[in-house]
Amino acid sequence: MPKTKKKETFESAISRLDEIVKILEQGEAPLDEALALFEEGTGLLGACGKQLDEAEQKVVRLMKGEDGDPVERPFDETE
Amino acid sequence: MADRKIFSVSDLNGKVKALLEGDLTLQNVLVQGELSNYKVYPSGHHYFTMKDAEGALRCVMFKGSASKLVFKPEDGMKVVAGGRVSVFPRDGAYQLYVTALTLHGAGDLHVAFEQLKEKLYGEGLFDQSHKKPIPRYPQRIALITSGAGAAVRDMIRVLGTRYPLAKVIVMPVRVQGAEAPPEIVGALRYANRYQVADLIITGRGGGSIEDLWAFNDERVARAIHASEIPVISAVGHEPDVTIADFVADLRAATPSNAAELAVPHVDEFRESLDSDLSRMALAIRQRLKLYRHRLDQVGQKPVMASPIGYIIQKRRALDHVRERLGGVSGRLFSAKREEYVRLAASLDAMSPLKVLGRGYSVVKRGDGHVLRRAKDVEIGESISVVLREGTLHCTVEERG
Repeated sequence: MPKTKKKETFESAISRLDEIVKILEQGEAPLDEALALFEEGTGLLGACGKQLDEAEQKVVRLMKGEDGDPVERPFDETE
Repeated sequence: MADRKIFSVSDLNGKVKALLEGDLTLQNVLVQGELSNYKVYPSGHHYFTMKDAEGALRCVMFKGSASKLVFKPEDGMKVVAGGRVSVFPRDGAYQLYVTALTLHGAGDLHVAFEQLKEKLYGEGLFDQSHKKPIPRYPQRIALITSGAGAAVRDMIRVLGTRYPLAKVIVMPVRVQGAEAPPEIVGALRYANRYQVADLIITGRGGGSIEDLWAFNDERVARAIHASEIPVISAVGHEPDVTIADFVADLRAATPSNAAELAVPHVDEFRESLDSDLSRMALAIRQRLKLYRHRLDQVGQKPVMASPIGYIIQKRRALDHVRERLGGVSGRLFSAKREEYVRLAASLDAMSPLKVLGRGYSVVKRGDGHVLRRAKDVEIGESISVVLREGTLHCTVEERG
């Protein structure tokens, strides 16, 4: 698969997965293509599951930097 | 009259003014009445009359006091005005210098809310057609709210539990007081300008109507409306409804509710991933079953089941055809042969040589024409007579 795995967003992985399931259920793709899709699908499933398992919430406080551009700082409620 | 003091107009006005201003009651008075002839001047000062059934009172409210009004005064409104009584020397008229104007009966804020709601509704700011869809899987969620307190804490907690994949970007602002609206507006614009998020939640925890007032501010409403990034409003508790709620793309009852509406739950994902897997597996299994079935069907055909038997059988069929073919061609040949013999016999019977043999002869003109009538030849013309054996060349002497 030529897709860059790491950069792929969860959302695009999920929508690709939806697409694959749909194609497979329609049953019109040639067998070798269907098998390749199945393989891609299980790969995406694994990646998505892993992302869910490993996801750690990131919380930042957004500040306006000196040049006006946004600057992120760790969020600390006591600030 | 000469012994009596004569005042100038200004002096008299000044004396009356001093008299009125010396009365402490008149310097801090509350007056109830109905607004009429209400005018806002370009200077920012408001001029109007307060009336009741019997009389009228001239009033002025200077720009500074007028800017604190939360509602827009209109003729006919029942109000209570607070201020001091004095004289406007130029006109020699006494008037009430209003420093505070509140609605009598219905609360000011309530009226202000209804007025703004009506105005923005009229402008189409609440139109459904303008509402942007909330992204299904937001990756960055900006919280424009107080940086401290239950609201931001609840939102971060709910977002973290439901969907830790989304990054939470807190943009701290004041959420009450005069500074709140400009700060909220500034944060909304900043978020859009730098595209810091793909979803914004703005709001605050519960409080009195005054506490929530920033979210009924026209500037805030317009900034929410102008946001390219979808906005969920999350103000107060369930029954609290603000202008921000009407203009936002989605209204949440509370801040935690906003967090719930903003993101799916990872558990739903796990379920959906599981279901995707079983659906894909089922589809592939069915597909393979179908191919297997077709393969079996092909395998059961004789050529696949017993190739040698198939060949023998075909060979026999070929022999049979060949035999039949042989029979047909034999019969066809003898029929044609018989026909040939018959035709040869009749050809022989018709041969002129056969006739000549019986004593007849053939007479021909010089050009080879066979004569059948005497008139076909002239007297003196040469003719030839063909006999069975040999030819006679003769000259015609007479025609009969």
